[in-house]
Amino acid sequence: MSDKVMVTTTVNGEEYEAMVEPRTLLVHMIRESLHLTGTHIGCDTTSCGACTVLLDGRPVKSCTILAVQANGRELMTVEGLEAADGLSPVQEGFKEEHGLHCGYCTPGMMMTVTALLEENPNPSEDEIRKAISGNLCRCTGYVNIIKAVHYAAKKKEGAAA
Amino acid sequence: MLPSTFDYVAPTTLDEAVQALAAGAGDAKIMAGGQSLLPMMKLRLASPGMIIDLNGIAGLDTLEESDGTLRIGALVRHADLENSDLVRDRYPIIHDAAQHVADPLIRNRGTFCGSLAHGDPAGDWATVATTLGAELHAVGPNGAVVHSAHDFQTSMFETQLGMDQILVEARIPAPKAGQGSAYLKIERKVGDYAAAAVGVMIVLDGTTITEASIGLTNVGPLTINATDAAASLVGKSIDDAAALEEAGRLAAEISEPSSDLRGPEEYKRDLVRVLTKRALRTAGLRAQGKEA
Repeated sequence: MSDKVMVTTTVNGEEYEAMVEPRTLLVHMIRESLHLTGTHIGCDTTSCGACTVLLDGRPVKSCTILAVQANGRELMTVEGLEAADGLSPVQEGFKEEHGLHCGYCTPGMMMTVTALLEENPNPSEDEIRKAISGNLCRCTGYVNIIKAVHYAAKKKEGAAA
Repeated sequence: MLPSTFDYVAPTTLDEAVQALAAGAGDAKIMAGGQSLLPMMKLRLASPGMIIDLNGIAGLDTLEESDGTLRIGALVRHADLENSDLVRDRYPIIHDAAQHVADPLIRNRGTFCGSLAHGDPAGDWATVATTLGAELHAVGPNGAVVHSAHDFQTSMFETQLGMDQILVEARIPAPKAGQGSAYLKIERKVGDYAAAAVGVMIVLDGTTITEASIGLTNVGPLTINATDAAASLVGKSIDDAAALEEAGRLAAEISEPSSDLRGPEEYKRDLVRVLTKRALRTAGLRAQGKEA
């Protein structure tokens, strides 16, 4: 067995350290070493996007990155969305527009959408569909997810105004 | 699913990476985006004893045009190409393909050069590289080595890249006056490999085609450089429907698709014929500065 290595990473603004084997996947470190279980493991085959987290602001599949590759980098997980003053606009949108059925894809979906709205504050329906095309919802609740994104975009716009 | 155990090396210079690769003596693999390698390791289709991670090496994310060449460094992600104004304005075939490589999350991580080194005939970038006549610059213990994209793949998942070489940059000739290009892909759903895809590049003098090249994705054991189809176009008019039809026919003829879940062999072959014609028309409009 290869020796464990120390990984230091900033997650949701807080610095974490973990000793992991080099083969440890990022999603396992997040869930099992950092105990942040909001990030889900879905397909485990780079297909579904349930494990999406932001790595230096970009949404990526944490089942297809080694934990050691997050060393010295900045991560954001679903636990980082809520602010002191309540739900983030994206979280509120998913709640208000019922952007979830079973909820399994929701953490990953919200991370992708959060990154989308950072880059494109007022996306069209086509742009939303394209952005979430790597996140699968097996309940096929896409229509309400798209409504949730529109809601979040409006809410963010209102907050900025 | 976890990969087998391996030693992890994170060099900060290319020299260190080359030394580590030599020390790994055939049992080491280079990781850039890891979006093909890591899934293969999780399925235990690959079990390298050492992973050499390029992500800590500065300067490998170069994406720029200089001295008549587009330079794509080993850490340039698919999304970097997708979002580049330079690529959109000057290299439409790359912009086209970038929208359809895997899915948006994978595009944030996977790399152009990594896709080439992976040597998968289903890879979109190998077709783009061969269509544009890319030079693939590698380094090894004996210094720099340049491979041609045209004969880079040697068999499925095997390339000319030596076990002790690292692909550091793809160099693509800047477009000539009158050049147009396009990439068309049919996929069943986002994230799937192509049922078939076609890349074309042409150079026009007026409406006369003076240069052409055509690449085919996932319709054979290797990425296909459809040289006969391309040669048939030289001297013909881009408005000559029969010439485009003939190029499509020749491209379909040289393809060797196999029947699978993405469709029967005849269907894929006909996709090649139709996509070739359509891609040529799009490239023609672009070469003439018309929106397409």
